[in-house]
Amino acid sequence: MVGKRLRIAVMSLAMGLWSVMAWANYSWNFPTPATPIATDTLHVHNKFMIIAMIIFFVVLGIMIFSIFNHRKDKGFKAATFTGPSTAKQVIWTLAPFALLLYIDFILMGIPAYHSVVMMEDTKNGADMVLKVTGMQWRWQYEYMDGYAKGIKFVSNLATPQDQIDNKAPKGEHYLLEVDEPVILPVNKKVRVILTSNDVIHTWWVPQFGVARDAIPGFLRETWVKIEQPGTYRGQCKELCGKGHGFMPVVVNAVSEDEFKKWADAKRAELATASAGADKTWSKEDLISHGKEVYEKNCAVCHQLDGKGVPPAFPPLAGSKVINGPIFDKDGKLIANSHLDRVLNGKNVMPAWKALLNDVDIASVVTYERNSFGNTMGDMLQPAQVKALR
Amino acid sequence: MATETQHYYVPNPSPYPFILSSGLLLLTSGFVFKMNNFAPGVWMMFLGFLCVLYVLFGWFGKVIGESESGQYREWEDKSFRIAMIVFISSEVAFFAAFFGALFFVRNIGIPELAHFDPSLTPYKGFTAIWPSAGPGGMVLGKLYEVAKFEPMKPLGLPAINTMILLTSGLTVTWAHWGLVKDNRRQLILGLFMTVVLGISFLLCQAYEYHHAYTEMGLTLGTGAYGATFFMLTGFHGFHVLLGTIMLTVILLRSINGHFKPNHHFAFEGVAWYWHFVDVVWLLLFVLVYWL
Amino acid sequence: MSTATTTATHDHSHHDHHAPSGVMRWLTTTNHKDIGTMYLTFALVMFLVGGTMILGVRAELFKPGLQLMKPEFFNQLIGVHALVMIFAALMPAATGFANWMLPLQLGAPDMALPRLNNWGFWLLPPAAILLTAPFTLALFGIGDGAVATGWTLYAPLSVQGGIGVDFAIFSVHLLGISSVLGSINIIVTIFNMRAPGMTLFKMPLFAWGWLITAFLLIATIPVLAGAVTMLLTDRHFGTHFFDAAGGGDPILFQHLFWFFGHPEVYILLLPVWGFIPHILSAFSRKPVYGYKAQVYSFWAIGILSVVVWAHHFFTVGMPVPALLYFMYSTMSISLPLAVLFFCWIATMWKGSMSFETPMLFATGWIILFGIGGLTGLVLADVAADAQYHHSYFVVAHFHYTLFAGGIMGIMAGVYFWLPKMTGYMYSEKLGKLHFWMTAIAFNMTFIPQFFLGLAGMPRRIPDYALQFAEFNMISSIAAFILGLSQLILVYNIVSCVRGKGEKAKDNPWEGAQGLEWTLPSPPPYHSFTEQPVVK
Repeated sequence: MVGKRLRIAVMSLAMGLWSVMAWANYSWNFPTPATPIATDTLHVHNKFMIIAMIIFFVVLGIMIFSIFNHRKDKGFKAATFTGPSTAKQVIWTLAPFALLLYIDFILMGIPAYHSVVMMEDTKNGADMVLKVTGMQWRWQYEYMDGYAKGIKFVSNLATPQDQIDNKAPKGEHYLLEVDEPVILPVNKKVRVILTSNDVIHTWWVPQFGVARDAIPGFLRETWVKIEQPGTYRGQCKELCGKGHGFMPVVVNAVSEDEFKKWADAKRAELATASAGADKTWSKEDLISHGKEVYEKNCAVCHQLDGKGVPPAFPPLAGSKVINGPIFDKDGKLIANSHLDRVLNGKNVMPAWKALLNDVDIASVVTYERNSFGNTMGDMLQPAQVKALR
Repeated sequence: MATETQHYYVPNPSPYPFILSSGLLLLTSGFVFKMNNFAPGVWMMFLGFLCVLYVLFGWFGKVIGESESGQYREWEDKSFRIAMIVFISSEVAFFAAFFGALFFVRNIGIPELAHFDPSLTPYKGFTAIWPSAGPGGMVLGKLYEVAKFEPMKPLGLPAINTMILLTSGLTVTWAHWGLVKDNRRQLILGLFMTVVLGISFLLCQAYEYHHAYTEMGLTLGTGAYGATFFMLTGFHGFHVLLGTIMLTVILLRSINGHFKPNHHFAFEGVAWYWHFVDVVWLLLFVLVYWL
Repeated sequence: MSTATTTATHDHSHHDHHAPSGVMRWLTTTNHKDIGTMYLTFALVMFLVGGTMILGVRAELFKPGLQLMKPEFFNQLIGVHALVMIFAALMPAATGFANWMLPLQLGAPDMALPRLNNWGFWLLPPAAILLTAPFTLALFGIGDGAVATGWTLYAPLSVQGGIGVDFAIFSVHLLGISSVLGSINIIVTIFNMRAPGMTLFKMPLFAWGWLITAFLLIATIPVLAGAVTMLLTDRHFGTHFFDAAGGGDPILFQHLFWFFGHPEVYILLLPVWGFIPHILSAFSRKPVYGYKAQVYSFWAIGILSVVVWAHHFFTVGMPVPALLYFMYSTMSISLPLAVLFFCWIATMWKGSMSFETPMLFATGWIILFGIGGLTGLVLADVAADAQYHHSYFVVAHFHYTLFAGGIMGIMAGVYFWLPKMTGYMYSEKLGKLHFWMTAIAFNMTFIPQFFLGLAGMPRRIPDYALQFAEFNMISSIAAFILGLSQLILVYNIVSCVRGKGEKAKDNPWEGAQGLEWTLPSPPPYHSFTEQPVVK
């Protein structure tokens, strides 16, 4: 009776698990490769895994045979040998050693060698150079040559905070979506240069088979050649602080034509944005644009309500810095003033002048001075920011 | 190894290890508080230091007492010797970390910084010349500007210091010969000279540091060069200080008639330590000052 | 385990006139059994503390979204979990066994340097306080919590971090001093305290394993101390070891850290490799197979372990020759390891086996540690490592080596020696239950993590994409079962210590060999004051 009940319990548990798995989009292996490196890596991985599993199950089989047969309760009398004694036994003892020597340095070692050489060959035949800069907690992309040369933008997590806090249903690409993906042409060898502004990050897209650290002050490189158009998603892979789980990488691979079209459009967009610095903005426009900029860039640390996470991330609500003057009576920027902090950063606070344009900075400063209970009432024009560059 | 009838000296329960650990807890946590500007830090450090000082006197006093009352025979003596060798080995590994850091920044890190792809490098005009204080730039939101500095030269004070330490190695050995021959005068004179040489080394080192800070523009913050220079010579200097204190204790014990020609592990342990400090200095002189 | 040895304190030898009682006994003791007991108790407590931390993490990872904690706190939990488990659970457990068993196995009256031995132990609680105190201090508004950089303390994240990093640095210093003292003591004991006739090649493998462990500690712990000292000066005294602007290099920290960190893996495993063969031999009623081959393999692994460190950070970008060197040297560790596996299985082969709890743990240990070893072999491959590195695949891999290979090995040792140490038998039924619960829950926790890693889930993230949800849920549920199963271990130990259950014979295991089994269970407070002669 007990046996039957147990069997039913086990079966229902198994079926329950099965039903969970049946609708899940889980996977048992590397995702579909999209680059030559990823294809190679997948092959190497599969081969090694099969070898490892064969070794494992053969050894396990021998052990299980022994466990079932050489037992005291079966009356098996223990042998007394303590080591190999005859030549035949010595050979048997050396066999696993020799086998592993073969596996390590021939069966696994030779393909591994070729993969390494291929992976590190970043420069030969490269069609374009993309510079990726990691920072807490976003990626900046810059096209260093080719048709899109000079285009530079920041790519932020696009998942709303409400989804993370379980206040809203999670979208399909939860945590793997950005406001501005990096666009790359297919079938071009892209040399990716990596660096960082603060701590070490790792730029990783599993389908590319590529992961390389972005190290502050150093340049590291890798390469990708995407074979199929599509959207490829990855994440930062080196612990980089509290936002480590929230700085995805999204790459859109498109045809050469579409890439050019995108580059033209992007260039026009950037031009419009910087032209915006020359006109005079209304306070309302500044505040509403500033709110967007704030939520995208600043809320990670200072929080949506401006209360911060002291002591690491100070509150903006009621802050002395924000509720103080920006320019002195000669019109010079005051050191450690609100705008100085935003432009040049301090400690964990990055220097935003490298990441945001004049309109963004003027808007976000204006927004911060007139929100979270701060009532400075003044505003900052993009032209004033431009003048400080 | 022991013969059957021998008894190994297992000391009675002792409060010192526990007090020492508590003292170290106070000392370290106090230091952390002090570095992060929390008020009671200094007082905790002071209290912790008192504990450590108390234990140093108490524990070593106890050991000296046990030694002089004949508790330690050949078997125990051998334990102490092996232990001292292993301890000095761990010190070697500690210095190896800093020598390793020097090797790495000098031969791998800085050349790499100077040889990035010229079209992409952020360090135009930076060349891999040692001594280097780096190319300068932002460090976690703070600007680091490379200041002009004058590197250390091997001749002059460092060469004199080398002579001082080498001579002190000789004098301590001479003192040892005196002890083995039961020539107490030679023992005490040799030790005295060693202590004096140790102190003069420290004074020279202090003068060198002062000179570096005030006139050469060379500080702990002078990039990779300043960091490796001061950390290596600083830790070495700290070990010389410890060695000198230990030698002073041995000198005082010798004056009080401790040690026998065939039984003087404390003397030998300290002498080994002193030779170790000596060898580290030679490496420093060649790798830090000279090359 | 507090009363375990009090029943055996009558045999005070010549110089032990007034051993204090109560708390003072433990604070001031110079007895290797007392110190061993303290190490083991400390390890058990910290094992539960570290386990509780990671259950918090697994609870947060139960489903996507942030449920229980902020990412900052999550990062503190994972880092402190690792430091606690490695430095305050696994290492002290192994040291505790060394203190308890080495003098008994070698026929020595005590450890060679008893007072230093006690200091080695009493450095651990302060180190644990330094590590965990910032959690509490943060509640009072001092600092922003414990170290949040992961146990690897990589610069510059650790240069940027808060007061927790400073505490962790000094905690590492105290732990380092403790390890060096412990190692000195063990090396001296092994070289100088063996009974007449006990040559090096007659020592139990446990002594060999510990001897090489101690050498590794002496060679590498000071390097870690140096590295964290540089970190401290970079944080507070303006040096530039780890930033490019000053000519330093963040990767320098990784080199120094892993020069210690890789041997550390073998530091955790060698003592276990030492006693597992004796457990296998005892329950197979058959001598250890290939004793010398195992000793030479220990040496080979010990030496190889200090020359392969950079395989922990292939993704930083290194010249191709360096990558190839570290790849092939890492792969070659599998050769001596294969010899060990062969010897373990050959020890069981044609034995007359019975499966009491220690044997169950030892057998399960071979299988699970085998998985850890084989996944380590594939991790050595540089190209595929780009995928595995810092993904959950690595997390699963090192839990197979350190939980299965380390903790489960230690548990085999606990059940093997518990009757000797306490004088009472544990409940075989509960012991077996503990094994099966642990083994099954462990696999259920970590097998899904292999797949998570392959599918692309990075480690150390508090929240994850939806495609990782199912495996994480299974892993979290199993982790809680795994955690709760450990209460059986606690119950078993406590009931032995409190003298419930059968009295243990001098040698409760039919096939166990070695000097420790010639003594009564529990052994007298001072044993082998007259050294035995080994033929």
